[in-house]
Amino acid sequence: MNLLDITTATIDWSRAQFALTAIYHWLFVPLTLGLAIIMGIMETCYYRTRKIFWKDAARFWQRLFGINFAMGVATGIILEFEFGTNWSNYSWFVGDIFGTPLAIEGIFAFFMEATFVAVMFFGWKKVSPGFHLASTWLTGLGATLSAWWILVANAWMQDPIGSVFNPDTMRFEMSSFAKIALSPFAVDKFFHTVISSWIIGAVFCVAVSGWYLLKHREEKLAKESIKIAAIVGLVSSVLTVLIGDNSAVMVSKVQPMKLASMEALYHGGNDQALTVVAAVNPFKQPDYEKVREAPMKVGVPDGLSLLATRKIHGYVPGINELLNGYTLPDGTREPSVEQKMAMGKKAIAALVQYRKGKKDAVTKKTVMDNIKYFGYGYVKNPRQVVPFIPVNFWAFRVMVGIGFLLVLFFIVDLFMVYKKDISRYRWLQVVSIIFLPLTYLASESGWLVAEFGRQPWTIQDMLPTWVAVSDLHSGSVALTFFIFLALFTTMLTVEICILFKQIKKGPEHTEKEIVKVDA
Amino acid sequence: MKRNNFLYRTFRLYYDGFRDMTVGKTLWAVILIKLFIIFAILKVFFFPDFISHHARKGQESQFVSEQVLNRTTPSAQMTPRPVKPRLPGSR
Repeated sequence: MNLLDITTATIDWSRAQFALTAIYHWLFVPLTLGLAIIMGIMETCYYRTRKIFWKDAARFWQRLFGINFAMGVATGIILEFEFGTNWSNYSWFVGDIFGTPLAIEGIFAFFMEATFVAVMFFGWKKVSPGFHLASTWLTGLGATLSAWWILVANAWMQDPIGSVFNPDTMRFEMSSFAKIALSPFAVDKFFHTVISSWIIGAVFCVAVSGWYLLKHREEKLAKESIKIAAIVGLVSSVLTVLIGDNSAVMVSKVQPMKLASMEALYHGGNDQALTVVAAVNPFKQPDYEKVREAPMKVGVPDGLSLLATRKIHGYVPGINELLNGYTLPDGTREPSVEQKMAMGKKAIAALVQYRKGKKDAVTKKTVMDNIKYFGYGYVKNPRQVVPFIPVNFWAFRVMVGIGFLLVLFFIVDLFMVYKKDISRYRWLQVVSIIFLPLTYLASESGWLVAEFGRQPWTIQDMLPTWVAVSDLHSGSVALTFFIFLALFTTMLTVEICILFKQIKKGPEHTEKEIVKVDA
Repeated sequence: MKRNNFLYRTFRLYYDGFRDMTVGKTLWAVILIKLFIIFAILKVFFFPDFISHHARKGQESQFVSEQVLNRTTPSAQMTPRPVKPRLPGSR
């Protein structure tokens, strides 16, 4: 095998493995972030009222938090292993950028989480109620700060700002830490991801409470938990929708092809409708060059223009405009993909000369002037830069559809728990339980949109997957894929069994204790 | 050692905490097994660092340069999709 030939099988298995491990990791993280809010609120209620009920409630949700936390431990580290083995070129290119955020995540956030989670679990009788409450909130804060730095790294993949390519080291080097850490894309992604995780915590709480009500058990715990979780869920759902709206603006600016594929927008223009639904074949890339628009499209007039540009008549490029070039609102011309391919080839050719020793100023200038389209130099056919539209289109609709349903669900739940005897409405408890897997589906769909929409790029416009991937035999990647599949299925089964056992057991009831109430 | 000093109380926090664990013991067993599988088996046998294994020390950028600058598009992706002839009257 020629060392420098990569088969599509190697690329596809590497992508599939990363997708599997990332999807699995994302089963645990949002519940950690979401339950952190729930248990923090419960313990705050205990601190303020000193009622044993709230202490028992807080300890119950903390126990479930702990189970999920333990199961999630080290699921993320596997992704870093894959960087070094399956995606070594990508890993080298981004090492200087990713190193700092991941180091900060490990040293600062992880140690903060690890320290305070121990106080949270072990310190009920050892530390003051105030310090214990602070530890509970700081555990959640540690997990949230951990998420910030990972999302900074992912945001940079979508919008690689704050960095300069160094042809001597073949790496992107950080030119501005602040630009990377506080990029608008990173900030938006952080809030959207974290607040949507609070929804998962809320739905989990409501689902478990719903199960108790169906079993006529722990009624007080269930009702009080639903009251808190439904408020958290409603506020989080509304905020997630609003921030998601801002995300679309971000994507329209830096990843217009992602937006076009999310909307199956083959031909763009002004006054673009927002697609509610269309008959996009889920299994086949549509013929976007020959077909005017997706069949049976139902849209909100001018909705996409408003969403993407904040103007009702705003211009939104479709896939064909992005392939063939178009005029931007400011009058400048966005090059066609073929023009970008030519610039990319210039960058590669100049970099080849530079690396062979021709390190003069002219060669370096040619590299740096065209580096913005470096990745396009590896594109042979413009169609390669169009992501697989069906996945983006349907994943986006699943996420948004369930997201709006959740707003309605929490409104109904809040009304029922405050105005009615919610325990009498068994259908609502069943719906609550059904919403748990649906909410996870929405959350994972969001990541599908984010990551599939960026294809074929590992770094937007800079490094396509077939250049980023290591020169490995596809068989070895396939083998580790199936090892992970078996391992993760086993671990997930173990977690679900432990969780079910603890939910069935219910909360531990503290014996009445004399507590001092602060004056 | 005075029993109310910070270090002793911190020690007792962890010692008593671990000793009194119930479901925590199961979780720790799962964590340790998982960490062993991930670090001692998967990392060692299935996830070596590709560049360290193939590049000479200090020559990593040269190795990546060769990998990246000589990489071509996989042949399956280069083949354009065949265009099916349209039948009269079809959409």
